[in-house]
Amino acid sequence: MSLAAPTPKTVLRISLSRDDLLMRVGLVALVGVLLLIVALPLWALLAKGFEDRDGRYVGLANYISYFSTPALFNSALNSFHVAAVCTVIVVPMSFLYAYALTRTVLPGKWLFQGISLIPIFAPSLLPGLALVYLFGNQGFFKGLIGGSIYGFDGIVIAQVFYCFPHATMIMVTALATADARLYEAADALGASKIRVFFTVTLPGAKYGLISAALVVFTLVITDFGIAKVIGGNFNVLATDVYKQVIGQQNFSMGAVVGMVLLAPAALAFLVDRLVQRKQVALLTARAVPLIPKPKFGRDLFFTAFCTLVSAGILAILGMAAWGSLIKYWPYNLSLTLANYEFANFDANGWESYFNSLRMAAGTAIIGTALMFVGAWLNEKTRGFGVIRGIVQLLAFLPMAVPGIVLGLGYIFFFNAPNNPLNFLYATIGILVINTVAHFYTVGHLTATTALKQIHPEFESVSASLKVPIWKTFGRVTAPICLPAILDIAIYLFVNAMTTVSSVIFLYAPDTKLASVAAVNIEEAGTTAAAAALCLVIVITSAAVKALHLLADRFLLGRLQAWRRR
Amino acid sequence: MTNYLEVRDLSKRFGDFTALGNVSLDVTEGEFVCFLGPSGCGKTTLLRAIAGLDPQTSGTIRQKGRDVSALPPAQRDFGIVFQSYALFPNLTVADNVGYGLVSRRQARGAIAKRVEELLAMVGLPDSGPKYPAQLSGGQQQRVALARALATSPGLLLLDEPLSALDARVRLRLRHEIKALQRRLGVTTIMVTHDQEEALTMADRIVVMNHGAIEQVGSPQEIYRRPATAFVADFVGSMNFLAGTLETSERVKIGGLVFACPMQDGLVVGTKVRLSIRPEDVRVRDLPADVANRVPVEVAELDFVGAFCRASLKVRTDGDVALVADFSSNLIRDLGVDIGSRLDVALPPDRVRVYAA
Ligand SMILES: Nc1ncnc2c1ncn2[C@@H]1O[C@H](COP(=O)(O)OP(=O)(O)OP(=O)(O)O)[C@@H](O)[C@H]1O
Ligand SMILES: [Mg+2]
Repeated sequence: MSLAAPTPKTVLRISLSRDDLLMRVGLVALVGVLLLIVALPLWALLAKGFEDRDGRYVGLANYISYFSTPALFNSALNSFHVAAVCTVIVVPMSFLYAYALTRTVLPGKWLFQGISLIPIFAPSLLPGLALVYLFGNQGFFKGLIGGSIYGFDGIVIAQVFYCFPHATMIMVTALATADARLYEAADALGASKIRVFFTVTLPGAKYGLISAALVVFTLVITDFGIAKVIGGNFNVLATDVYKQVIGQQNFSMGAVVGMVLLAPAALAFLVDRLVQRKQVALLTARAVPLIPKPKFGRDLFFTAFCTLVSAGILAILGMAAWGSLIKYWPYNLSLTLANYEFANFDANGWESYFNSLRMAAGTAIIGTALMFVGAWLNEKTRGFGVIRGIVQLLAFLPMAVPGIVLGLGYIFFFNAPNNPLNFLYATIGILVINTVAHFYTVGHLTATTALKQIHPEFESVSASLKVPIWKTFGRVTAPICLPAILDIAIYLFVNAMTTVSSVIFLYAPDTKLASVAAVNIEEAGTTAAAAALCLVIVITSAAVKALHLLADRFLLGRLQAWRRR
Repeated sequence: MTNYLEVRDLSKRFGDFTALGNVSLDVTEGEFVCFLGPSGCGKTTLLRAIAGLDPQTSGTIRQKGRDVSALPPAQRDFGIVFQSYALFPNLTVADNVGYGLVSRRQARGAIAKRVEELLAMVGLPDSGPKYPAQLSGGQQQRVALARALATSPGLLLLDEPLSALDARVRLRLRHEIKALQRRLGVTTIMVTHDQEEALTMADRIVVMNHGAIEQVGSPQEIYRRPATAFVADFVGSMNFLAGTLETSERVKIGGLVFACPMQDGLVVGTKVRLSIRPEDVRVRDLPADVANRVPVEVAELDFVGAFCRASLKVRTDGDVALVADFSSNLIRDLGVDIGSRLDVALPPDRVRVYAA
């Protein structure tokens, strides 16, 4: 045996395969894209807040003038006030509704579930328009309310309608994952119903409640359409941004208000992430799903409650629909389709609707491809931890950014004369890019979740078989994730159809979208045509969603015979 | 014979934690090697380093004389089967098996023929058009095996391929995999924490513990001559009796003195542990002058099926206890029962001594 000194150990540097290289290049490109469509516009917005109207650096002057102008600062307080009140109303309401859907025996459950989702398919100004019909200066029930519907009360009612489905979906998820064994144990210990509720049900839904509250708060504070239509003289942050930019052409002050609006949204987002991180999986693999048993009194109460809420949702939708079909509110109530002749109300006529369709389709296709491939690159690239962390951060950022803030950032970034990309400005392309960026987080998360659920060793197997990784992506990974891919596409389509806030600054005369046209028409005072346009949007996005459900049920089943045992 | 696979000074660290510490190992061509050890000892880590899936922190791996230490998995030559199969669920069994063949630009007919051949080889000749979800666990594992062997790799890596299957299927597949491996002569490394699996399938077993190799040897060597107390304890059952090494061939335990094989690795006078397997404890026909005779009393008798495991108390020294396996015949013939008093012997050639 030789007694040679032990060879010095050098840390191994693994050489990269072609797959590794390809994927790293892809990831770097993704970082580039996300910087361009998310980070740099926000940076441009931040910088703008420190400039005067002529682009000179003025330090904190704009912020100082903002906080010392009561009229402006007041809007911030108003925003917080409305958001807080809406949160207090929506969260318990959605909790009860979700409780009814998951924990009681409800006749026609699917119908109640479906109705609760309707507001998602509408632009946010729709409930505002309906309220104008009901309680406005010439409303049916104007006498019922003491003062004017324009202002605080109107915003709150419309926001409740608009936020309800988002909160309910979160609560349903939180309540659906219950372990029947916990309830049996509580029963066996002789705990009273009230005590079971407070010691088992509520703690189990804790994270859902927090999440729902933060989502509602953020939605209300960042929404633009409702306050625009029914806010009257009640100013909030989102409408202030619009007024500063469109009304007074004061871009610097618009940027400052945008930053003030960004702060609470970003904060709510951060809190939510921190809270969710604490959440441990309550549901173990051995959990027994809870199947509610009939109980007359409880079921009756919840059926009544759900009927009431659903009636409210349908009333608002129905009012908008009816209003759009009426000749001359409230004097001539005979029906007509004249309000759907959009050319009489807006220069673009129906063209804005087709723009919306084009934009939504483009967003769905480009966005889904980018989000899914991006999530795949981020999940499957070996090593390269720092870049993957950056991608993760950039993918989460849009969730924390209100649409109107992102849209404003786009003006500053893409309209800058020295930006080689400014040819995009005023094209439908920038609307697509902006919408993809705005809704990037949810698509990225959906794709990531789907990718995490498939076997982690598919790539190892294909490497051992010398099959390039992109081939496995095409033949295996993407086909398996097809349902998630469809989900993302539909989500993007529906949101692109209904979004107002992020695109309101970015359209050109010939690229105006239906949701924006509705805002313009309403501004010009024609409520009926605005309602008609909103309704066309609702019908389109709901139809696309219905098609999706049908495809999921019948087409996917056939395409994916392999899922059957 | 030259080594097919040479692992030298392989280390793998996860942060501060050392999952593998300076592991060296040779595998000859055509050999079936099992990595055996308790959960978390680094078996999978070593296997994945050999495959290049999770590269080592330091150390070298040579395969067929070629240094593959820094190569990505796609540039190494191996087929791999995972515990959970990792079959592509959306592809038919035939497409799964042919997955690695398609990219090699072979004619379609040739691929189909090879796939058929492979499926016949693993005993699933008619399952080609089915989807993996329509097969049982055992059948899925055979498909995974066929897929891994399709490209005729020089090295087959199996990570606990049988542990997700129920006991009967596992037994049958053990034999099938072993027979297939013999027939193809493919060098194979299998990870398992099931000692029976390792003992029945392997040509050589690598026993691992805490990220290090404890012993490498044939199943007989590992079982008969465990190199360390850990191996002795981990593989099969073993009695350990604490005592002192009196001379290089005597161990004193309490009031008793036992003869043992010559110990030159241990210092006389130190604390040691004397070990013997329960089935090596002799009872019948003890000659009058038999070595290491111990008078005992039966404290417990556990029926285990083919035999009974008896807990014995040494009559002259109540603190010393050992277990022995008694066949049903023996129990009947000698009328052994709880409380019975008898003499047993610990044959010196079956006794092993380890440092305490
Ligand atoms: N990615 C990782 N990060 C940190 N520690 C790890 C990682 N992978 C493995 N380890 C640790 O390395 C040790 C060896 O893991 P390994 O998977 O090789 O064990 P094993 O012998 O295959 O065990 P088992 O029989 O449970 O599969 C374990 O303690 C494990 O916790
Ligand atoms: Mg393992």
